[in-house]
Amino acid sequence: MPTKLRRTDVVVIGLGWSGAILANELTDEGLDVVALERGPWRDTARDLSINFVPDELRYGIRLDLVLRPAQQTFTVRNNAGQTALPMREFGSFHPGNGVGGAGVHWAGITWRFSPADFRLRSHLSERYGAAAIPADMTIQDWGTSYQEMEPYYDRFEYLAGISGRAGNLRGMLQDGGNSFEGARQRDYPNPPLKLTYGPKLFADTARSMGYRPFPIPSALLSRPYINPLGVAMGECTFCGFCTNYGCANYSKASAQTTVLPVLMLKPNFKVRTECEVLRINLDKAGTTATGVTYVDSSGQEWEQPADLVIVCAFMLDNVRLLLLSGIGRPFDFRTGEGQVGRNFSYQTQNSAQGFFDNKRFNFNPFIGGGATGMAIDELNNDNFDHGPLGFFGGGSTRCAPIGAAPILTRPIPPGTPRWGAGWKKATVDNYLSAISVGCESSSYSNRNNFLDLDPTYTDRLGRPLMRITFDFPENDLRMSQYVTGKVAEIVRNMGASQIVARPRTGHWSVVPYQSTHTVGGAIMGADPSSSVVNKYLQAWDVANLFVVGASAFPQNSGFNPTGTVGALAFKAADAIRNLYLKAPGPLVRT
Amino acid sequence: MERPGPWQFFTHDEAAAIEAIVDRLIPRDELSVGGKDAGCADFIDRQLRGPFGDSRQLYMRPPFAKGMPEQGPQSPLVSAQRYRAGLAVLDACCKQNFSSKNFVSLVPAEQDEILQRMEVGRVPDAESQQAFFELLLQNTMEGFFADPIYGGNRDMVAWKMIGFPGVRYDFRDHVEKHNVKYPLPPVGLMGRADWTLQR
Repeated sequence: MPTKLRRTDVVVIGLGWSGAILANELTDEGLDVVALERGPWRDTARDLSINFVPDELRYGIRLDLVLRPAQQTFTVRNNAGQTALPMREFGSFHPGNGVGGAGVHWAGITWRFSPADFRLRSHLSERYGAAAIPADMTIQDWGTSYQEMEPYYDRFEYLAGISGRAGNLRGMLQDGGNSFEGARQRDYPNPPLKLTYGPKLFADTARSMGYRPFPIPSALLSRPYINPLGVAMGECTFCGFCTNYGCANYSKASAQTTVLPVLMLKPNFKVRTECEVLRINLDKAGTTATGVTYVDSSGQEWEQPADLVIVCAFMLDNVRLLLLSGIGRPFDFRTGEGQVGRNFSYQTQNSAQGFFDNKRFNFNPFIGGGATGMAIDELNNDNFDHGPLGFFGGGSTRCAPIGAAPILTRPIPPGTPRWGAGWKKATVDNYLSAISVGCESSSYSNRNNFLDLDPTYTDRLGRPLMRITFDFPENDLRMSQYVTGKVAEIVRNMGASQIVARPRTGHWSVVPYQSTHTVGGAIMGADPSSSVVNKYLQAWDVANLFVVGASAFPQNSGFNPTGTVGALAFKAADAIRNLYLKAPGPLVRT
Repeated sequence: MERPGPWQFFTHDEAAAIEAIVDRLIPRDELSVGGKDAGCADFIDRQLRGPFGDSRQLYMRPPFAKGMPEQGPQSPLVSAQRYRAGLAVLDACCKQNFSSKNFVSLVPAEQDEILQRMEVGRVPDAESQQAFFELLLQNTMEGFFADPIYGGNRDMVAWKMIGFPGVRYDFRDHVEKHNVKYPLPPVGLMGRADWTLQR
């Protein structure tokens, strides 16, 4: 029997980016907020110290900041005809664990989605005709618009101190920025980062080919910065231990470096770490959340009553908590009915790698960070005419050396032996003179890709694991071929003597790392028959429950998701502060 | 060469085999010392005694099924057990093919032949030996390129070889020196060998 605790105004599940933003906004409103975090407490000085953080074996290989599969994992299969098996170790994606979530070890690339993204089905129907959209492609409009999102993108960018250059200021195109972006009310809070040789060569080459390169918007800071909460951050040192690592310099934006120093001092905020929520509790009618039940690290169960429950866990766990709590109608792929678990999508990773003459080229690839470099957007989303192409979507193309710690990064040309004297010579010959250009591409939802509870495998607490049924749809594989061909042309023109194009092909595999950009399953929309939350991230079925995160994306754009996740957190917070608290109940009537 | 301590996981014979294997995966030549002198066997030995060896952080609940390659590794054995079993099969395979000799007593060309056959699955127990080869190769490279605190990459030999400056953590003064070789030698988490007393 769980021990019942004293009621609180708000319980926040998961203290990553979304949870920290929500908790900070709602404590500002005067509410008592309790955050429950399944992982450990982490802060920069103690847990991400320069004395030990640049350790590739510990963080890049053994994934010390990532959720332990022993605590919880996911089962996977490519289609509903297969039996799903557990990811016994994480490969394809790296869920966060602990305070700060995956925002501790992320790369820091911080986009806004394009205006067309938020009304994707409408946009493509208008431009190409509704019949052009394949029958199994379940893309949807978000039920919100870029215009509605803009103020919240702005809030997140200033909170995180994003370094970049505007491409569209209040409708006026700006030289040197992304000309495809939606209008923004003001420039980024910090100027772009300096460039290493690789991105400079990429940008010069792309420009000479008629592309319009611009700096990658980056949560790694180009200069010291004090954010609107008064939290000070430092300048990025291009240390090269960024993606999969925490930042010891206070220069990568995370909950730790932007929100927690203020939030933790508030008397109306509490966080309980190593406390894993078992379920969201509902009243008898099933229309109001009464709080949550969680288990602490000693195995003791607690019930935390609350007036508002805000789910801010990793997106797969958001969906799983809804299913474990019996909230919403589970998606049934056979009938296409039900909402919770549908429109699970990912990100389609493509790249072209160039091997250059090492007597003429030295890229010093170890100098870099998760989001230091240049991009073009001509190959992204619907920025080019898809009419004759037979697919939709595209990707943001960028040259962004993240660092080159050598267990993972020691490129050798295909055909080279993987060990022995030949391997060693090729490794020495190419380490400093190879570079990749990536194309992080869209993943359009498909009725065959979905989430539900696994019938066989359970976590350490005996609860069913989340089952992922996913494969790359034909549309996305065709898109990959097209964009990767274009990217390879750029790498050729950069002067590479050998080019290796790597379009995504074949089935989704959990083995190689791709990205942690899993999305969907508790999607937002204008219609409760095809979405789980409304445009305020409020559950249709339970008015005092908000589900915040990439679980709300109806499909994925050719952009990294975190900028949009941060904006959605501010959007939900604003709706609670200015609409819900004034009149508790459904914020969208149907 | 001085050893930091007795083997923590391997038996004497297993250790001899591992030292011979890492010396073929990373042979001594004009570019660097071999895998053995770089400490790769010591590295693997220590890893197998810790959380990597007992797979305590991985999902090891049943049922175990083979599945598709896309579903990732599904072995019920923890890493240390995979080494123990894989080395025993390798030993038997060597003795069967090379007139009762074990891996250590083969000449380098014969050792390479056995390793190549493991790599492509032309040995008894092909599937698990192929997976064991991948584990060996991965762990050997980890040892060679990881920070020296783990027992491999002795004297930062691998980092010096490729030109990786280690954990300097601040490259601001070199970011815009395009196509210019980085001038400083590597440092590890414990500093540099010449900052402390020589052995």
